[in-house]
Amino acid sequence: MASTQENTVRARAVRKRFPMGEGYLEALKGIDLEIKRGEYISIMGPSGSGKTTLFNMIGGLDKPSDGTVYIDEVDIAQLDAYELAWLRCRKIGYIFQTFNLIPVMTALENVTLPMIFAGLSNDEAISKGRGLLETVGLGERWQHKPTELSGGQQQRVAIARSFANDPSIILADEPTANLDLKTGHDIIELLRKLNKEMGVTIISNTHDPSMLNVSDRIIWIRDGRVDRIEARSDIDINVGTIGGDVLGGVGSADSHGGAAGKHAMDRLTGEATNGGQ
Amino acid sequence: MDEQITHEEAIRRLRTDMKTSSVATPFATALKIAFQSLRIRFWRSIITIAGIFFAIAFLVSVLNSAVVELAVNPDEGSQVSGTGIRFILTLLAAEPRQAWLVTMSLIVCVIGIANAMLMSVTERYKEIGTMKCLGALDIFVIELFLLESGFQGLVGSFTGALIGAGLVLVSALVKHGFAVMGILPWSQMVINILLATVIGLLLTLLGASFPAYRASQMPPADAMRTEV
Repeated sequence: MASTQENTVRARAVRKRFPMGEGYLEALKGIDLEIKRGEYISIMGPSGSGKTTLFNMIGGLDKPSDGTVYIDEVDIAQLDAYELAWLRCRKIGYIFQTFNLIPVMTALENVTLPMIFAGLSNDEAISKGRGLLETVGLGERWQHKPTELSGGQQQRVAIARSFANDPSIILADEPTANLDLKTGHDIIELLRKLNKEMGVTIISNTHDPSMLNVSDRIIWIRDGRVDRIEARSDIDINVGTIGGDVLGGVGSADSHGGAAGKHAMDRLTGEATNGGQ
Repeated sequence: MDEQITHEEAIRRLRTDMKTSSVATPFATALKIAFQSLRIRFWRSIITIAGIFFAIAFLVSVLNSAVVELAVNPDEGSQVSGTGIRFILTLLAAEPRQAWLVTMSLIVCVIGIANAMLMSVTERYKEIGTMKCLGALDIFVIELFLLESGFQGLVGSFTGALIGAGLVLVSALVKHGFAVMGILPWSQMVINILLATVIGLLLTLLGASFPAYRASQMPPADAMRTEV
C-alpha cells in the first residue's frame, strides 16, 4: 500500500478510440503508466503518436474508451462533473502549447481566476497572484492583457496560473513548442525550478530535446503505445552531472550530451522523418 | 483486492477534502468577463441588440396604438380590456392579423439571438475549455453566456420599448392633436413598456439557453481541440 500511495498518476490499459469515417481511429492502444509524486516526466514521441490524447486522459479532460486513469489512486471515471471540476481546480495545473490565456483578462486576472473558483477572497487572490507573477519574473507586467505580452511572457503567465491553487500535478502540453529556443529553455528552467522548490509533479508532452536533460524519466510514446521508459539515472551515467548549464542549449546537449542524450536526439529526428505520415 | 481497498480509501479521502473546500461560481467574475466579451465584440453586440430592439419596438407600438385607439374612440363592445398581460392577450385574440405579425417578429428575434449566441459560443470554445480546466463549473459557463445575452436583451428591449412607445405617441399627437395628451391612460402605456421589456429579456434568455447549455456540457478536451 505504501508503494501505491506514492503514485500520483497511474494509467491501466488506457485506450482511446475516435470515430473517423466509417470506422475508428485508435489513438491510444493500451497505455500503462505509473508516475510518482515529485517526478519530472517528459512524454516524448512523434506527432500523431497519441501524446496529446494521453495528456487529456491523465488530466481528466477526456474519458478513456477503455482502461482506467487514477489520480492519487482515485479512478477519475467515477467522479461526477462537480468532482472533476474540483480536481481540475485544486489538484491539477494545466499548461498548453498555445498558452490559452483568457484574452479579455489581464495577466493578474488570468492568474487569479482559478483562485476565485477555489473560493479565495479577491484580496487574497490578488496578493497571491502578484507573488506568483513575481516568481515567474513578470512582477511588473501584471496589468497587461495577453495580446500585450510576448509568447514567452504569456507562457509565464500560464505557468503562474497553473500554480494558482498549489496543485500536486502540473500537466504541460508541449509548453515550448510555440516559443523560440532561448525562451523555451527559460520556460523549461522555470518549470524545473518550481518542480524542485515546490515538489510538484510535472508531466510534460514535448518534442523539445532540451527537456530530456531536466526530466527524471522520459516516456516514449509510439503509435499509441508506450515504446519505452528511460530513467534519468540511465542518462546520468553517460552524461555525468547535470548542472544548470545543460539548459544552455540543444547545442550543449549535443556536444557533451554523451551517448544517451545523442541517442535520444537521433531517435527524435529519426522518428520525425519516419513517423510523419 | 489490495488495489480495490486503496481506491475506495482514496475516493473517500478525496470526498472528505471536497467537503472542506468547494468550487465557487463567482458571480462578479462572470459579470466582468461577460461585459468584457461584449465590449470586445462591440459591433456584433450592437447588431444583436438591434434585432431585439426592432422586435420589441414593434410589439410596443402594436400595444400602445391599441391603447391610444381605445382612449380616443371608446368602444363599449370591444373584447379588448384590462391592463398588462390581460390587455395584451385580449388584444392579440381580437386582432389575429396583428397577433400573427407580433408572433413572427418575436420568433425571428429569438432565432437571431440563438444564432448570435451560438456564434459567440463557437468562437470561444477554447476559452470555455480553458476555464473548465481551471475549475469552472458547468453552471459558471451557463451563467457567463446568460449574463452576456441577458444584458443585450435588457438594453435592446428597453430602448426598443421606449422608442416604440415614443413613436406611437408622436403619431397620436399628429393624428389627434395635443388634446389627446389629456385622455391617454399613461399608466397602462408605461405598464406595456415594462412588460415588453420583460418579454424581450425572457425571449433573449430563451434563445441563449441552448447555446449556453451546449457550451457548458462540452468536455474540455473537445472544446480545445476545435479549431475555429
